[in-house]
Amino acid sequence: MKYIYTLAAACFFSSPAMGQESHSQMDHSQMDHGEKEQIDHSGHDMPPKTSVPPQNAGSGPPNAADAIWGADAMEASRDALYDEHGNMKLLWIQGDRLEYRARQGEDGYLWDMQGYYGGDTDKFWFKSEGEGSFGEKIEQAEVQALWSHAIGPFFDFQAGIRQDFHGPDRTHLVVGAQGVAPYHLEIDIAGFVSNKGDITARIEGEYDHRLTQRLILQPRAEANLSAQDIPELGIGSGIDSIEAGLRLRYEITPEFAPYLGIEQEWKIGGSRDFAIADGEDPGITNYVVGVRFWF
Amino acid sequence: MNKGKHSISRRQMIGSLAALSAMSGLSMPAWSKGRMNRGGALKKGFDALSGPDVHLHIGEGHFSASGRSGHGIGLNGTIPGPLIRLREGQQAKLMVHNMLKEDSSVHWHGLLLPFQFDGVPGLSFPGIKPRGHFTAEFDVRQSGTYWYHSHSGLQEQMGHYGPIIIDPAGKDPVEYDREHVILLSEFTPMHPHQIMKKLKVSEGYFSQQKTATFDRYDMSGEERRMWGRMRMMPTDIADVSAPTYTYMINGHGPEDGLELPFEPGERVRLRFINGSAMTFFNIRIPGLPMTVVQADGQNVRPTEVDEFQIGTAETYDVIIKPKQSGAFALVAESMDRSGMGTATLTDQAGRRANFPELRDPPLLSMVDMGHGGMVEGGHEGHGGGGHSGHDDMDNTKMDHSKMDHSGMKPGVMEKPAPAAMDHDMGGMKMRDTSLLPETVEVGPGIDMVAMNPQDRMGYPGLGLDNVPHRVLNYKMLRSLEMDHGKRPPDREMELHLTGNMERYMWSFDGKKYSAVSDSPLRFSYDEKVRVKLVNDTMMAHPIHLHGIFFELVNGAGHAQPKKHTVIVQPGSSATFDATFNEPGDWAFHCHLLYHMHAGMMQTVSVAFPEKAG
Repeated sequence: MKYIYTLAAACFFSSPAMGQESHSQMDHSQMDHGEKEQIDHSGHDMPPKTSVPPQNAGSGPPNAADAIWGADAMEASRDALYDEHGNMKLLWIQGDRLEYRARQGEDGYLWDMQGYYGGDTDKFWFKSEGEGSFGEKIEQAEVQALWSHAIGPFFDFQAGIRQDFHGPDRTHLVVGAQGVAPYHLEIDIAGFVSNKGDITARIEGEYDHRLTQRLILQPRAEANLSAQDIPELGIGSGIDSIEAGLRLRYEITPEFAPYLGIEQEWKIGGSRDFAIADGEDPGITNYVVGVRFWF
Repeated sequence: MNKGKHSISRRQMIGSLAALSAMSGLSMPAWSKGRMNRGGALKKGFDALSGPDVHLHIGEGHFSASGRSGHGIGLNGTIPGPLIRLREGQQAKLMVHNMLKEDSSVHWHGLLLPFQFDGVPGLSFPGIKPRGHFTAEFDVRQSGTYWYHSHSGLQEQMGHYGPIIIDPAGKDPVEYDREHVILLSEFTPMHPHQIMKKLKVSEGYFSQQKTATFDRYDMSGEERRMWGRMRMMPTDIADVSAPTYTYMINGHGPEDGLELPFEPGERVRLRFINGSAMTFFNIRIPGLPMTVVQADGQNVRPTEVDEFQIGTAETYDVIIKPKQSGAFALVAESMDRSGMGTATLTDQAGRRANFPELRDPPLLSMVDMGHGGMVEGGHEGHGGGGHSGHDDMDNTKMDHSKMDHSGMKPGVMEKPAPAAMDHDMGGMKMRDTSLLPETVEVGPGIDMVAMNPQDRMGYPGLGLDNVPHRVLNYKMLRSLEMDHGKRPPDREMELHLTGNMERYMWSFDGKKYSAVSDSPLRFSYDEKVRVKLVNDTMMAHPIHLHGIFFELVNGAGHAQPKKHTVIVQPGSSATFDATFNEPGDWAFHCHLLYHMHAGMMQTVSVAFPEKAG
């Protein structure tokens, strides 16, 4: 139907002589703009369908204003024009989880932050995670510095380095992807190669389920994997650990949301054995209270 | 067309502009001397300026609407800026003085003029430096309702806009006793750069109407999961909305009690201008039908409706005929129904109309995803069908009460049956980039490709396809002046409107403006081109071409309406014919301010006639 309209209208214009004749008397009652009449002329040729302009349309960048105001006068404003329409760069910092963790034994703390600076396609991305128990040495602390490059509408490829600040000194190469999977599942997958040659990986997924406009239930899961035993870090090959959490947050503003939640951690396989040997509990339940923010 | 039928002389020319400090604005020595109350308070509403020389002073100050206040940019001390009143055939001399600490500009929206006066920094001129000034001097070649606004940064959001009325050289075919400018806009205390950042980093930030477990939307679990699976939101209707925005009419928020006077029995012309940054409005005056007589400054055959949707940057003139004394509610409801701008039309000062409640927010549908043809047979809208009789209608005697509107169900087929939504999306791809022409650059900036985009000229606008009264659509617009000397287009081109909601990227053909600085859309002088805009996004985009009017290909034949801005409905197409007979470089962009800022803009370069040999 749409096609017929377009066709009909095009053909109608292509016969101006007919138009002149029948309209000169302005007798509207005789005018039939209905589809029937227009379709009758459908034998006419369609104009060429092309985005390529004719030769005499000119070429090169737009510069008509140079002739009026001078190229020098136009230069700065022209640069600004393009820069202001699509080249925006942003600084964004998020504290995804900043929380107090109540549990058997010493209570603990955790931070999980990230942020970026850059444009739509390429960004400098940083991430930092760490946790520990109060009154004890920090269990885990790391910072990642990544180049993040958009590879599709919903995902970024990320590569860079990770520096650990706990236990034996470790620096890792990082390759990963971060983005939004179907069902608005926020996914962060990364593989790490340490300066000792150890290969590990981490998969994180979060989902925001809106109960109301401000009250959000967030299931979260994380799995850590290892290609080999790393005894000095208490990591066994295979699945190292799994975390599953549920947090209920209230967005006072979208930027600032306190939350309550529960998270269960399990050490698996070899890591479980290392933990037991160390006298640690391989399964820990954390009752968490924290805040999520960004700016 | 016999103009005489419409053009009984106007009985009263002077419009009683709303909430004005009377006509004292006609001579404003303070402004003409260049004094500007920097940092002072900006007043609501506007004075009127006319005469051979018009001076505009762009200044900043404090502004309040509906009890909220913040920083604003006004012209001659008001938001909106003063009404510029010109006459067709005169020489206009518009002098702009920039009292800001940053560059500024004024674009004369819809005016035909040499491109160097069009007011786009970096394209038509270098911009106006702080303390600098700029003069646009040109012959006024048209009449109608227009407006002006900044084309620098995001100043427009802060109040840098105002109305323009050009009276025709001869008799006005529109007969009226009184007129009111209705300039629609938004106020927010939030800085526009903050708004832009929040849009970029947090999808749906401004919506308080998102789907949730405890919402009131009539959607099945399967529908909700389908939207989630697509990583899209059916409530994604306005990027920025209330309560961040306070919707304003002539600078007045709903709490400010704007009154528009009339006398019973008068024909009142309302000149609607959507000067907002981001908002489509649904306009209605319960109890008063409106006869649309002009669209984008161009006279159209009178068409009576009860409601119409006005896209950002569009204008519509309507005639209302309040017969009895009273107070009528003029309602400008945002398309997402998060808020409204209001004014009371009354013949008794101090009376306030009863304003209706906000209606339930609408939701996007399958058609808005570009799956139009798959839902109900795929034929396009026949919303205007009930008006086909206009061709032989004597407009002065038009009695719409006798017209049978019962058969008119505007855009009825665009509302997919719930059952159609239920079936699986199995065969429907959301992003089949093989459907795109090779002119489109496929990348992260495209999150959707309309699988079967429909021409929706007959669609009245989101949420108005199932209201129980008459609503305007583009098919009902027919130019008052017929053009019988039309020539066929020399060529056709297709341009895709592309975007990524999650990343808040917007572009034409997948290429942001920042990426195509050296490759404008080029046209030879006087070339006539049929341009098909295909909207591969789930938002309606008001696409505006500077300096040249195009004709909507809406089935009106020799009466195709001329416009400067066309709404391209989500997942749909819209086609226009343009004769590129105004040489120079012109801006072509989505008039949603933050879409343009994100890159949904291109340069249209029209060759000069001497080069055209």
